[in-house]
Amino acid sequence: MSSSVQASSDVRGAAVRFEHVQKSYDGEILVVKDLNLDIAPGEFVTMLGPSGSGKTTCLMMLAGFEPATNGEIFLNDKPINNVPPRKRGIGMVFQNYALFPHMSVAENLAFPLEIRKMGKSEREEKVKRALDMVELGAFGNRRPAQLSGGQQQRVAVARALVFDPDLVLMDEPLGALDKQLREQMQYEIKHIHESLGVSVVYVTHDQTEALTMSDRVAVFQDGVIQQLSSPDDLYESPQNSFVAQFIGENNKLSGVITGIDNGLCGMTLDDGTKVTAEAVNVGDIGSRATISLRPERVELEPQELRDNRVNGKVVEVLYLGDHLRIVMSVAGNHEFIVKLPNGGRHSSPIEGQSYQLGWSALDAKALDPVS
Amino acid sequence: MKFTAGLTGLFALTAIANVATAADELPACEDCADELTIVSWGGAYSNSQNEAYHKPYTELTGVSVINDESSAEAVAKLRAMEEAGNVTWDVVDVVASDAIRLCDEGLAMEINHDEQLAAAPDGTPASEDFGDLLVSDCFIPQIVYSTTFGYRTDVEAWADNTPTDVCAVFDTETFPGKRALEKRPINNMEWALICDDVAKGDVYDVLSTDEGVQQALDKLATIKDEVIWWSAGAETPQLLADSEVVMGSTYNGRLFAVIEEQDQPVAMLWDAQVFDLDGWIIPAGLSDERKARALHYMKFATDTQRLADQAKYISYGPARLSSAPLVGQHADLGIDMAPHMPTDPKNAENTFLYNYEWWADNRDDLDGKFQAWLAQ
Amino acid sequence: MSASIQATTDLSTPKPLTVDGRPLKKSLARALRRDKLRAFLLIFPLLAFIVLSFVMPIGDMLFRSVENSIVEKTLPGTVKALSRWDSTIGDIPDEAVFTALADDLMLAQEIKRHTRLGSRLNYDQPGISSLFRKTGRRLKKFENTAAQDALVQINAAWDSPAAWISLQEIPSFDTHFPATAQSLQNWSGWVASEEGEEVDATTLQPHGFTYASLLQDLKTLDASTWETLEADASGLFTGVNDQLQNIPEENFTSQFADIDDGWLDLDNWRAMKRLSPRYIDSYFLASIDSERTESGVERKSENERIYATLFVRTILISLVITMSCILLGYPVAFLLANLPVRASNLVLILVLLPFWTSLLVRTSAWKVLLQQQGVINDLLVWIGLIDNAGRLVMINNMTGTIIAMTHILLPFMILPLFSVMKTISPTYMRAAKSMGASDSLAFWRIYFPNTIPGIGAGSILVFILSIGYYITPALVGGTKGVFISNRIAYHISSSLNWGLAAALGSILLVLVLALYWTYDRIVGIDKVNLG
Repeated sequence: MSSSVQASSDVRGAAVRFEHVQKSYDGEILVVKDLNLDIAPGEFVTMLGPSGSGKTTCLMMLAGFEPATNGEIFLNDKPINNVPPRKRGIGMVFQNYALFPHMSVAENLAFPLEIRKMGKSEREEKVKRALDMVELGAFGNRRPAQLSGGQQQRVAVARALVFDPDLVLMDEPLGALDKQLREQMQYEIKHIHESLGVSVVYVTHDQTEALTMSDRVAVFQDGVIQQLSSPDDLYESPQNSFVAQFIGENNKLSGVITGIDNGLCGMTLDDGTKVTAEAVNVGDIGSRATISLRPERVELEPQELRDNRVNGKVVEVLYLGDHLRIVMSVAGNHEFIVKLPNGGRHSSPIEGQSYQLGWSALDAKALDPVS
Repeated sequence: MKFTAGLTGLFALTAIANVATAADELPACEDCADELTIVSWGGAYSNSQNEAYHKPYTELTGVSVINDESSAEAVAKLRAMEEAGNVTWDVVDVVASDAIRLCDEGLAMEINHDEQLAAAPDGTPASEDFGDLLVSDCFIPQIVYSTTFGYRTDVEAWADNTPTDVCAVFDTETFPGKRALEKRPINNMEWALICDDVAKGDVYDVLSTDEGVQQALDKLATIKDEVIWWSAGAETPQLLADSEVVMGSTYNGRLFAVIEEQDQPVAMLWDAQVFDLDGWIIPAGLSDERKARALHYMKFATDTQRLADQAKYISYGPARLSSAPLVGQHADLGIDMAPHMPTDPKNAENTFLYNYEWWADNRDDLDGKFQAWLAQ
Repeated sequence: MSASIQATTDLSTPKPLTVDGRPLKKSLARALRRDKLRAFLLIFPLLAFIVLSFVMPIGDMLFRSVENSIVEKTLPGTVKALSRWDSTIGDIPDEAVFTALADDLMLAQEIKRHTRLGSRLNYDQPGISSLFRKTGRRLKKFENTAAQDALVQINAAWDSPAAWISLQEIPSFDTHFPATAQSLQNWSGWVASEEGEEVDATTLQPHGFTYASLLQDLKTLDASTWETLEADASGLFTGVNDQLQNIPEENFTSQFADIDDGWLDLDNWRAMKRLSPRYIDSYFLASIDSERTESGVERKSENERIYATLFVRTILISLVITMSCILLGYPVAFLLANLPVRASNLVLILVLLPFWTSLLVRTSAWKVLLQQQGVINDLLVWIGLIDNAGRLVMINNMTGTIIAMTHILLPFMILPLFSVMKTISPTYMRAAKSMGASDSLAFWRIYFPNTIPGIGAGSILVFILSIGYYITPALVGGTKGVFISNRIAYHISSSLNWGLAAALGSILLVLVLALYWTYDRIVGIDKVNLG
């Protein structure tokens, strides 16, 4: 154990560190495979992934409710594998809030303070401050059941923060709220995080949430972090097509590499079309790769010169108010999406007709080498 | 209650009476229901009735008999049936005190014993044949049973002493160990007074006073800690067989089963046995067809031969004087039943006579006092 | 028109009307009537079932606990006569009462009701049942009264029904001949109830006691009434007044005394007077070990008190049983709620197993285990924990009742607890621990309070079931472990004192309702979760 502490001396100052953490429930299948992750003090890190990807398991290991099968987790540079949850001092917001139904809101908030044997006046002071922070100062005497979903959510956040933990874990806290409330809460949580400076580990399967709130996002798939980077990197430079697909919308075109030069590569798509793309993650010439292309980066009937010009046939046009969503058949992909901003000037494309499409080589990312 | 003398005397008779069965003379029943619901106690007792009465009757008449084992709650159920206006029973087997109660409540039909029951083979009318056993106008006696004590014969702590009289029950020094007594005042109060130097003939006079009741309870109090109180007849035999108690009161037929059928180290203490009667009543308010059928059955089942037949299956004495000489051997064990009858002269050397009238008057009152005493 | 009246009387808040001018309320009610009728028809079978099987029996029980019409029904004349008798003076009632009694009993024994009355009165006055039985048997012997003989001798017409018809046609017959009127009324009432039809007055021949009543009435008449009577066309009364003095005094008092001197016992008469009202509180008084005496309501003597002790004991033992069910059931329910489904189903079957075995089998099994020569004692002796002489008494006492009943009632605690625990999210405990609570603190502060509705539901079930149990206490309770319900069962099935059983049952019902009310007040019945 001491050796791993030494080995980690180069990343001193990390609030949380996972080192080669593995987890298996049944001794046969690893749900978390060799996880390594550093979270800096004050950082907001989101674990994003589909259900069953291992993100919640990681959170539970960090909280102490699940033991790590192998590897070590550090909290403020101290190994915590053998520290029980109650001694970890981590605030936690649960998926369904887990507000104690038999206690009033104020009692819920006072509970962690009572355990810390805090005096009554100090306790009340802190509870009041925490309630004010989430703008529920007048609701202290209510029972959780008498609050709306959004209010309960805020109480849960306040309760996780009231005892001033350095680290707060949030397990899909907004999952039960409707869309509007969810967006509002995203900003509030982000705001609280910024004003308090605590570290936050946030688990969600909602990519918008992840992009809006986080400093960094760890995208989970099959118990492995596929990519850990800031939200804009994640969107602009996905490392593989799973990330590209999971974060935002994405068109896929597959083909064979014909040449690589200065970060760009030439490719022949399966229907013979030749295109140029950014060689993000590709193999040698002659190997297969997949091009990932954001729908909003494709231009219909481009006026200016584009690196790539390809013909496509309109399959369906959907009117979505601020933009038109056009499903096209392009180079063998019959679900190729193009988003056309509603400028009011164009007449909309006609189903069944062919149009020319264009995009910049840097917007097309060649990924997923297959040898 | 002078029937004991007469009954026991008859066992000494050697002459075999006329064994012709009354069934031969039983006229067919006209306008009678062809179904008969008979209520009894269940177990070995119902079995003996089934063998001795029901089967031959079905053979003779083709009437189907429906057995109901509700005798223990017969009084309450009959009253409920009467209130609901739907009496579903035709013939009910009850103890004599219940018969008196049912007759008082108007729930049982009055019987003209001489007209409606078979005479003895020698022509003696039924009322004479039953004699003093006709304790109620509604009651048709069937058996004489007794409540008496059984004791284990292998108790080490007793050294070589063997209980010879009922007062051994109250002598915990010579005969240490638990006793089983019935959880009601009847019999216990009498035994307590007898063992507290009250003459047998004075027992009910003494018991009629508050002081007498207290005297009996005080005597019982001397063994209260050593008593397991039973409320079902099967309990004492079981307790004796399990060595839970060293002696206990129960019905003589139950003790017979423990001693002769199950071969347990238990012996009978016939001393101060209390005779009681069990028999039939016919519920009041039956339809004419059902009443005719019930009476027809009654005439058959309580004739001299039938009553004697029952003693082949269970060690209770037949209620007719004329049946006594006909008592034979046990149907399975092949032993003579006469010496096991409570009415056998050797067993009946010292019996106590149960006063029905007195208990009918004082049962509720004394039961209250007795239960209050138990609860203290 | 109605609209205008409404407008003038109800100007401030005009009632809303439909477009065709009918009041909206009426219109709505009409529209809903069909639905309501449908809904009612749907629940009607259940309603009928509940009324038949629940409301009526309970109502019947409450009624029986105060009902006492048998005395007045059986002895109507006696009850009337007794109302004029002062029971506090110390003399037994006068001849008039005995005359009425003879008259009443005569009819009562014809329909076998006198013994029934005797057993009713015997509950309060031991010995009176044989008094009635004996009297009923011998009453016939003095039916032919001297009065009858004498009257017939004076005028043979008194031997025919016609005499009685013309007697009743005399103006103000009822006021001049009150005893006779009562007697005739009883007689014709009885004949009517026996024959099941209107009485044909021409065939009505009264019995001897009616003659006695008539004679009694005749002796109280004044001279002017006699004049009227003697002028009567029938000539029935001609010469009667002159010979009245020669007719020997009827003395029913001594005749009754000859049958049984119990009729001279003041206590018997006091009991009859006390019990003559149609509705009485004597059953309830008996239920609290009290009785009404000449000096008012008194507690019974110490050695006769039993019901208060039993009520208290029933409640205490039931509480102990409830507590042990909580203590034993809670961990089992917790286990059930937290095991994987397959394992918890297996445990659930084990929990329900007691339901599937007969009560008697279970109780017998406890006997085998608990008795002094039983399995547990044998084991303890074998281990050496106790010596052979010091075998534990675990059955036929309170311990036996508590053990056996706890076993029987345990499922009723476990099931509601289980259903409540199942709904408690494990994240509550996690949340508490994440806030720093130790396991035990998290349990007592968070988990346990959330299971209280289950404990409440289970406790109410177990407690209410337990205070009504009687078979198990009777089998394993010995003397110290029997319940009030055992006495109720005794009075129902053995003593036939249903009135007292009903009164005890009513008190038990009130206790349960009080408990329910208290629970509702403290915890709230809406929090009860039966699963």
